[in-house]
Amino acid sequence: MGMKTDMRLIDDNGLRIDGRLPNQLRPIKMQVGVLKRADGSAYIEWGGNKIITAVYGPHEAYPKHMQDPNRAVVRARYNMASFSVDERKRPGPDRRSVELSKVISEALTSVIFGDKFPRTSIEVYIEVLQADAGTRVAGITAASLALADAGIPMRDIIVGCAAGKVDGVVVLDLNKEEDNYGEADVPMAILPRTGEIALLQMDGNMTYEELTAAMDMITEAAKKIHQMQVDTLKSKYRGDEDVE
Amino acid sequence: MSNKFSEGVVAESKRDYIKKLALKGTRIDGRNFDEVRPLKITMGFVTRAEGSALVELGDTRVLVGVKIEPGQPFPDTPNMGIMTTNAELVPLASPTFEPGPPGEEAVELARVVDRGIRESHAIDLEKLVIEEGEKVWVVFIDIHILDYNGNLFDACGIGAIAALNNAIVPASRYNLGDDFKLPVLHYPVPVTFAKIGEWIVADPNLDEESIASARLTVTTNEEGMINAMQKGLRGTFTYDEVKKVINRSLNIGQQIRKNILGDTDDEKN
Repeated sequence: MGMKTDMRLIDDNGLRIDGRLPNQLRPIKMQVGVLKRADGSAYIEWGGNKIITAVYGPHEAYPKHMQDPNRAVVRARYNMASFSVDERKRPGPDRRSVELSKVISEALTSVIFGDKFPRTSIEVYIEVLQADAGTRVAGITAASLALADAGIPMRDIIVGCAAGKVDGVVVLDLNKEEDNYGEADVPMAILPRTGEIALLQMDGNMTYEELTAAMDMITEAAKKIHQMQVDTLKSKYRGDEDVE
Repeated sequence: MSNKFSEGVVAESKRDYIKKLALKGTRIDGRNFDEVRPLKITMGFVTRAEGSALVELGDTRVLVGVKIEPGQPFPDTPNMGIMTTNAELVPLASPTFEPGPPGEEAVELARVVDRGIRESHAIDLEKLVIEEGEKVWVVFIDIHILDYNGNLFDACGIGAIAALNNAIVPASRYNLGDDFKLPVLHYPVPVTFAKIGEWIVADPNLDEESIASARLTVTTNEEGMINAMQKGLRGTFTYDEVKKVINRSLNIGQQIRKNILGDTDDEKN
């Protein structure tokens, strides 16, 4: 965010560098049940992002002091492959992934009926194989599919999506260049049925009007993404191809 | 998700009491929903640091120290200084804090404070170049929690901008010319809200934090721009609640900013 460039991110026709309109999503492709060993799994391609997610559990939480006598503990781990970005990322958790794992865990906890599984843990693994901006929201979108695939009871299927500001224009679903050189980024995760907000972060420089315009865009796009999630889950049991 | 910030056990009766008070529009310490606890900022508490601020927000106490040293710029920003933020939840501050490397709470805290300062361009990093591409000033913002009684985000964010605002770049120590005041362009202030039942209160104390279902921090600057947000805990907010929280944070942030800047003027006199 906020790096300087001479590049124009919005052209005279109001189009973005990848030709999209301000409120247009990148192409998204989802698939569930992609891993043999995991209790649930999902794969997502979102623009240039390639992210695979897996769910293990619920099973007895270990170490024991992690157990919650009233509910399941949801532990998400967001991890980027060293080769997922231009400049090699040192393998293992860094401060960014520690923070993202925390907020994603909290967001997923908000929809899971955890009180049905006291003293257990549910592990959610989000592996970013290729990164192209918006990995946390693509990751959480896939993670909630993997949770559904694992048969974890939930009150909704969370949808993640981001919006932001580039060249003074509020746009949906930032790509890598827009993320690097743009003026603001708002990653958000919604419960599509109720519109509740489970994850919300923001960095950059926005007025109240711009910020709410960005949140409006995300809310609108979330409906579309949610429909794809539902179609993807249904298609698994029909034996269809991936949903695009 | 265990939350070390709020593991303090609140008796069920206290939980009921807090909610009963909320029905009447008041809080366990007598504040109204938008009222921030008394804020006291002591500038220059640690004279060995290049800048420092001791912040007392109600009973929460944090010490922010700024150290500034020459270092190498990042390859992609050869003409900019560097800032980094770190927070330590030292065990002296709470029975729930443990020694050892920073846990996820400390990392989140430091990153949220960092985001507010960085995204508002509070520090004029372009003025911190010693030799382009070779040597720049590195600003270390280090946060020490001394007494944890709720809402570390705001105490630390306030402490960070206050400490930066009274920091001196120690150029003469390194034979790099005269010392100069760290150039500060903006004054970001975080305001944190906790959702308790259907109520949303500003600057939650420890009791309120421990029963909150969701938390939202909004950092705004003196121009009314929003620079950072962070939602936390396992509950949710409605869109309307978020909009109201942002507006409330703009107002409350403005009041807190007066306090931060007012104190600085006293220091000068």
